[in-house]
Amino acid sequence: MPETLLFAMEAAINGLAAGVMYALVALGFVLIFKASGIFNFSQGVMALFAALTLVGLQTGQIPFSHLINAIFGTRMHHFGFTLPTFVAIAGTVLVMIAFAWLVERLIFRHLVNQEPIILFMATIGLAYFLEGLGDIMWGAEVKRLDVGLPQGMSGPIDDLTFAWFGYGFFVDSLEIWAAAIAGLLVITLVIFSQYTKQGRALRAVADDHQAALSVGISLRFIWVLVWSLAGIVALVAGIMWGAKSGVQFSLSLIALKALPVLILGGFTSIPGAIIGGLIIGVGEKLFDFLLGPIVGSATENWFAYMLALVFLLFRPQGLFGEKIIERV
Amino acid sequence: MKMTRMAAALAVTMVAAAPAIAESLHFPMLNYRTGPFGPNGMAFADGYQDYLTLINERDGGIGGVPIRYTECETAYNTERGVECYQGIRGDNPLIVQPLSTGITYQLIPRTMEDRVPMHSMGYGRTSAVNGEVFNWTFNYPGTYWDGASVIINYLLEENDGSLDGKKIVLVYHNSAYGREPIPTLTRLSERLGYEFIPIAVDSPGQEQRSQWLQIRRERPDYVLMWGWGVMNPTAIQEAANIRFPMNNFIGVWWSGSEQDVRPAGEGAHGYRSLAMHGTGRDYPIYDDMQQYVIDAGLYAGTGDEVGTVLYSRGLYAAMLAVEAARTAQEIHGVGVITPAMMRDGMANLVITEERMAELGLPGFGPAFEVSCQNHGGSGEAMIQEWDAHNQEWNLITEWIAPDRELIMEMVMEDSLAYAAENDITPQCLERSGG
Amino acid sequence: MIYREAGDFKTSYAADNQTFPIRGDRVAYYLVIAFAFLVVPFFINDYWANSIVLPFLIYAIAALGLNILIGYCGQLSLGSGAFMAVGAYATFKLTVAFPGMSIVFVILLAGLVTAAVGVLFGLPSLRIKGFYLAVATLAAQFFLIWLFTQQPWFYNNSPTGMISMPTREFLGYPVTGARASAVSMYLFCLMFAVALAWLARNLTRGTMGRKWMAIRDMDIAAEIIGVNPMLAKLSAFAVSSFFIGVAGALLFGVYLGAVEAGEAFGIDKSFLILFMVIIGGLGSILGSFLGAAFLIVGPVLLKLLLVNQLGWPSDLAAHLEIMIVGALILVVLILEPHGMTALWRTIKEKLRLWPFPH
Repeated sequence: MPETLLFAMEAAINGLAAGVMYALVALGFVLIFKASGIFNFSQGVMALFAALTLVGLQTGQIPFSHLINAIFGTRMHHFGFTLPTFVAIAGTVLVMIAFAWLVERLIFRHLVNQEPIILFMATIGLAYFLEGLGDIMWGAEVKRLDVGLPQGMSGPIDDLTFAWFGYGFFVDSLEIWAAAIAGLLVITLVIFSQYTKQGRALRAVADDHQAALSVGISLRFIWVLVWSLAGIVALVAGIMWGAKSGVQFSLSLIALKALPVLILGGFTSIPGAIIGGLIIGVGEKLFDFLLGPIVGSATENWFAYMLALVFLLFRPQGLFGEKIIERV
Repeated sequence: MKMTRMAAALAVTMVAAAPAIAESLHFPMLNYRTGPFGPNGMAFADGYQDYLTLINERDGGIGGVPIRYTECETAYNTERGVECYQGIRGDNPLIVQPLSTGITYQLIPRTMEDRVPMHSMGYGRTSAVNGEVFNWTFNYPGTYWDGASVIINYLLEENDGSLDGKKIVLVYHNSAYGREPIPTLTRLSERLGYEFIPIAVDSPGQEQRSQWLQIRRERPDYVLMWGWGVMNPTAIQEAANIRFPMNNFIGVWWSGSEQDVRPAGEGAHGYRSLAMHGTGRDYPIYDDMQQYVIDAGLYAGTGDEVGTVLYSRGLYAAMLAVEAARTAQEIHGVGVITPAMMRDGMANLVITEERMAELGLPGFGPAFEVSCQNHGGSGEAMIQEWDAHNQEWNLITEWIAPDRELIMEMVMEDSLAYAAENDITPQCLERSGG
Repeated sequence: MIYREAGDFKTSYAADNQTFPIRGDRVAYYLVIAFAFLVVPFFINDYWANSIVLPFLIYAIAALGLNILIGYCGQLSLGSGAFMAVGAYATFKLTVAFPGMSIVFVILLAGLVTAAVGVLFGLPSLRIKGFYLAVATLAAQFFLIWLFTQQPWFYNNSPTGMISMPTREFLGYPVTGARASAVSMYLFCLMFAVALAWLARNLTRGTMGRKWMAIRDMDIAAEIIGVNPMLAKLSAFAVSSFFIGVAGALLFGVYLGAVEAGEAFGIDKSFLILFMVIIGGLGSILGSFLGAAFLIVGPVLLKLLLVNQLGWPSDLAAHLEIMIVGALILVVLILEPHGMTALWRTIKEKLRLWPFPH
């Protein structure tokens, strides 16, 4: 097999892996959009906040220690204990649920019936607020996140592809794990929405708010539920991205990578988020591989958006989105 | 009612923002503790502040005049940097340290106009080495072009004097900062016959898979890195992932701190970077630091950073600033110096081995002299290597000198072009009166 | 008492349709303009000019531009940062290529270049709407910035990729470069801000503005009553980009002097301008100025209060600032979705009735 083809295949496989990582973030967006029509820009910051909370709980940091120290002139930073990973993850989930409740109670309850654009802008405000809060609460330094996932080149795949093609492909084992966890997450979400009472209620709300209300489904409860679910998805995304490059401010920017994925997959479709992620991942890696040397490097930032834009011109509702019907 | 009170509080604030005139030496710091580069800025600022605190606590200031330290948050953003500079420039700033190449570029014409000395230590505009054009800008002890040349000289040494036919990749932060070494490395490649491939990483740089796949395909002999912020740990992690030999991966001095190598764990073992100064707490100065600053609870930030690479860099910058102020006091024979006097101190700064030993930092930085023709010091640097087992940086070379001839040639070209564009007649500045 | 409609009779259609129908408003407006042109220049010092007033004027122009697009035409754009970059880079290329050209002309031309680019990236708006369009404008944001940082032609092959503005004079005074004085820079930007605000006001209350508003309120309905959506949307993109391009040109040429696309015109800038529009008030000229003032002056005051006054560490203040900006956006959206202009309107209503509110 010619070398270029092998390299292209390697780039494509890595693109698939990257796509899963994008899809993890996009999932959270879809959940909230489906149930409440809110385009939640703060999903990326939620991932950062969740990861910060996880590390903070793991290492026994005192929340707001910086603020307390500044006001009272004290010098405290740590409680002096560490929590096992599972306890910390459970704690973080609780924090994210509390966060979801607060968001519903303090913000979106007051914005019912506003235009979608206003809701979108509110989530941008929320993103800024949460970013500042995360920094004040847990400090802005880079934190290492270790939940015991393996990292680095995957040996079996390297050996296998070497035996087949004479060139070992590089695939990160962390990303294989991420793919497995994303799969598990999607299956759980599907089971939840198909076979539980709350899940059915959620789907009912997504279908028709008014009708759902009239059969006695509490809209507020559903909103808290989806924000909690989105918080948990954010935690998973935060763990994966945090394990890759440490937990710090830049983590919040992954939201920007998820937006074109959403456009491509459609805002309302969970499989769309996954497939959109994969298409974007493969597309940008292959583009960079094939045309990068000609047009200049670092094309990844815009390629996904351009792909999404071109795509939109042909299918304005995305790959799996519901057809947009407009009435006057 | 509430509004009135708020307004009153703000009015008080505005009045109080006017410069406080006192018998002190104002050392402002433009740093960043927030944003994507906050973690890096934090360690630097802690070191800078702790050293000044030490001088105040132990010696009662410089020549008996206490130091006044102020900090302004720029978030690595040029506009904020300009705002910060405007805020301090009326307040007798003795030395401006912007800690960002972008902000340095902004401030070069402004500081020239305002006659305030600026020190961009190991960053900023390389051609500011030419003090005849850039009277008010200093970048000792080394520049990016020096750094690039030092790495190449080191590699030459490792390869018995020839890099012919070797392949060298530069992974760089896609900004003014990251692009700085490209001209030097390109010129050197023409002279030394190695193949040079620059690969850009967009800021902030937490997704570098395609770049590293490309590196894996290219199979270079060496990879150099000009990175900052999250780009560094990600690159080191990716290099470890593709099993690139860490000994052949060399970063600039801004890509070689603990925060960069720790996230990659064992994989970072053997990673190398330039070092413009020593690291760690094995210097006598830390005895005093412990006694006067740390135990007294006067340390900056969380105190976690003491002795790290970037902390040491902040400490080094503060040490050079204090020494320059001391030199200025000696030249002019007064305690309370002005920014113009400070410039004289910087332009005549001499750092010797003996002086560093006296300060409790023997062998910490290179010995160098600043002159009107050379604002860039000696340009020497060492190479350090990360030991992941003991979690420490080890220096593996002595001071390596750059190819100053080539660099000065490039500096002259660039600085004279700048002078022509901005109607500057290159000349040395007279000492300020007094 | 002072603010009265009574006795202010209109005798012609022109008088009835003027921008400030109430005499009190008119007088206040002329006083503010006179104050800005005739009094401020004598008092302004470098700190005020450079850290507050100049950015305020420049961002007000950008906010005006974005407000035309979002507030009047209802097309959400997140690409303003990149459009500012287009203005900046066009200014750079034009000044370097034609050193003799008047700086005012260069800046206006840069605005026109931006308008052309804006129309290009506005084309998708004919087919897609709402969030989809917002994300599509992000394509402009990332693509243009990549172009400016990666293609050496745009920065004339300077080794660092930064562009810097040479000194240019207007009426004999340098207005760009390090030699420009605070006063001349202030007056230069003020001139643009006033002229463009006047233009925006008159565009938005004319046929064009009405078409935009029809599109904003319901595009299909607008089409049915005879508004050509293509012309209306693209003209909104063009005018809006023109304003934003001029703002970018001023930000680069007059205020910063040297920029690098990725750092100065990143996505943060797009959000900053969007926030100004939201907090100030969608669909309001005054709102653009209020929003810009709020987001430029607010953080500076907050920093002075927390850092200089209370002695808090600067990072803590910066984190708090982000939190407060975020919280303010939420509060504004919840309490007063129409922004600060709506507050101003309420105050005016109250004033009219004062002191006899019943």
